[in-house]
Amino acid sequence: MRIIALIKQVPDMEKVKFDREKGVVDRKSAGTEINPFDLNALEAAVQIKENIGAEVIAISMGPQSADSALREAISRGADRGILLSDRKFGGSDVKATAYTIAAGIKQIGKFDLIFAGIQTVDGDTGQVGSEVAEFLDIPHICFVEKINEVDDDSITVTTDIWDGIFIEKMKLPGLITVTKDINSPRLPAFKDKMSARKADIPVWGLDILKDYLDENGTGLKGSATMVKKIEVPAAVHREGKLWRDNLDTAVDEFIDIMIENKVMEVK
Amino acid sequence: MGKYSGVMVYAEQRDSKIHKVSYELIGKARELADKLNEKVYCCICGPSDLQINELIYRGVDKVFYIKNDEIFNTPEVMTYAKNVTNIIDKVKPEICLFGATSFGRSLAPRVAASLKSGLTADCTGLEIDEEDNKLIQIRPAFSENILAHIKSQYLPQMSTVRYKEFDEALRDDTRTGEVEIVEAISIENNAIEILEEITEEILNITDAKIVVSAGRGLKTSEDFKMIEELAKLLGGEVGSSRPLVEEGFISKAHQVGYSGNRVKPKLYIACGISGAPQHQAGMKESDMILAINSDPSAPIFNIADYGIVGDIYEIIPQMISKIKNKRA
Repeated sequence: MRIIALIKQVPDMEKVKFDREKGVVDRKSAGTEINPFDLNALEAAVQIKENIGAEVIAISMGPQSADSALREAISRGADRGILLSDRKFGGSDVKATAYTIAAGIKQIGKFDLIFAGIQTVDGDTGQVGSEVAEFLDIPHICFVEKINEVDDDSITVTTDIWDGIFIEKMKLPGLITVTKDINSPRLPAFKDKMSARKADIPVWGLDILKDYLDENGTGLKGSATMVKKIEVPAAVHREGKLWRDNLDTAVDEFIDIMIENKVMEVK
Repeated sequence: MGKYSGVMVYAEQRDSKIHKVSYELIGKARELADKLNEKVYCCICGPSDLQINELIYRGVDKVFYIKNDEIFNTPEVMTYAKNVTNIIDKVKPEICLFGATSFGRSLAPRVAASLKSGLTADCTGLEIDEEDNKLIQIRPAFSENILAHIKSQYLPQMSTVRYKEFDEALRDDTRTGEVEIVEAISIENNAIEILEEITEEILNITDAKIVVSAGRGLKTSEDFKMIEELAKLLGGEVGSSRPLVEEGFISKAHQVGYSGNRVKPKLYIACGISGAPQHQAGMKESDMILAINSDPSAPIFNIADYGIVGDIYEIIPQMISKIKNKRA
């Protein structure tokens, strides 16, 4: 079985700074990490590898420097990593990104399962997974929080969708997006980190992907949506009334406020 | 290629009940269509007992009703994608809106990619650009830290829109419109099969007018009883921060936050919740927020309209008994 995990390198959201005046995200203000949800996707793939045997390939699209994310993926259990990178890929929206990743996957050849995180913490769209599935013409299941069973031909999962919890079975090949609840990603062991440093990360650009990728479908040119403006809204701050002592009065006063504001009825 | 015209809403249903986000989308679609002097279309997949006229009463000019009593009873996304894509491709609306419900977020990308069109996720604002009559789609990104204004270069301009972001369209049962019944397309040898539904409780916390939530300040799962009692007294629902769900104190359906439910109730009572950014993302737009926490430096106080610095184990029972007294 061959499993592909989609990985994105994102800024560390705890540290990244936003310039309100200029309306820009200062990506240089913070280090990078693997998108947290993608760690769950990778862990799901590695667990299947441990249980029934599989080759796990981590694939990412990004600048050359994103190879460090793929090395980390290898240290966390992927067998190899592939970076899709080309200056012409810059500025890709969801559609162009999904199209390019799908081309990378076609270039890999045969596969059985693809895992992706439910969303990234930077783009936040949660759409790339399902679009990759459509471009590859394979089925997909989103919001998977548990893998019930997997064999060479199918996977059975528990998914949180439609205001409910459903058990779905999918014939392979197929794509799955996972939530944080599916597992707790392991930390890489020191020796795995060291050996991942030496791993060779092939970089695939337009020239290598030419059989599956039309230049007009990728990068800015191939993007269907364009960001016209970015606003950095002020952090929400409410001038709250604070009761610090005499809690008895606090509760009385708040009950009156609820009644005044008609959020509480006195029958 | 024909001319693209009209604003189409994909209306979601489950168990023959139309999801309320559909009415919110219709309200917005009507506003956009009126600016463009175009029609509002609606596409819905569902069984034959849908209250289909409801869509017309809310402002739709023409409904494409893909009717089938068997295949739309589960959230099997491939079948929906095929049917919805087919309608959009046939009608060619200029704008197409989906609810950003869990199902909508799984379905819409599939449809957009199949149409080779763009899709803007999770919009919180939609406007027509007066200069070129194109749709400006406003959405939060970077974990809600920025608002991006996005325009589509391709047609149809497609977006998913958050539930509870826009007001529901008003109902007018004298309105008239057209309903076209469309025969559903089934997929042969479907790769996905829904084996069973194991939903424990159907709770739509996003619909609650009042949410009383607990966080790490709550010591045991038993103690949720007092949170429940307060919620019940106020006619609200119980919410929770992520750690308590992870601890198994309460089911995921109650989780509020970035990776849980986003709620916008009239009143949100945060009990023993410190207010991490991930939690705030799910509740900061509530009309009124009361925070109860023994730590005066807890970030939740920065976004609360009212704060009580104190022990939830003292304050909540007090509040419960005082509310009971008021009503006695």
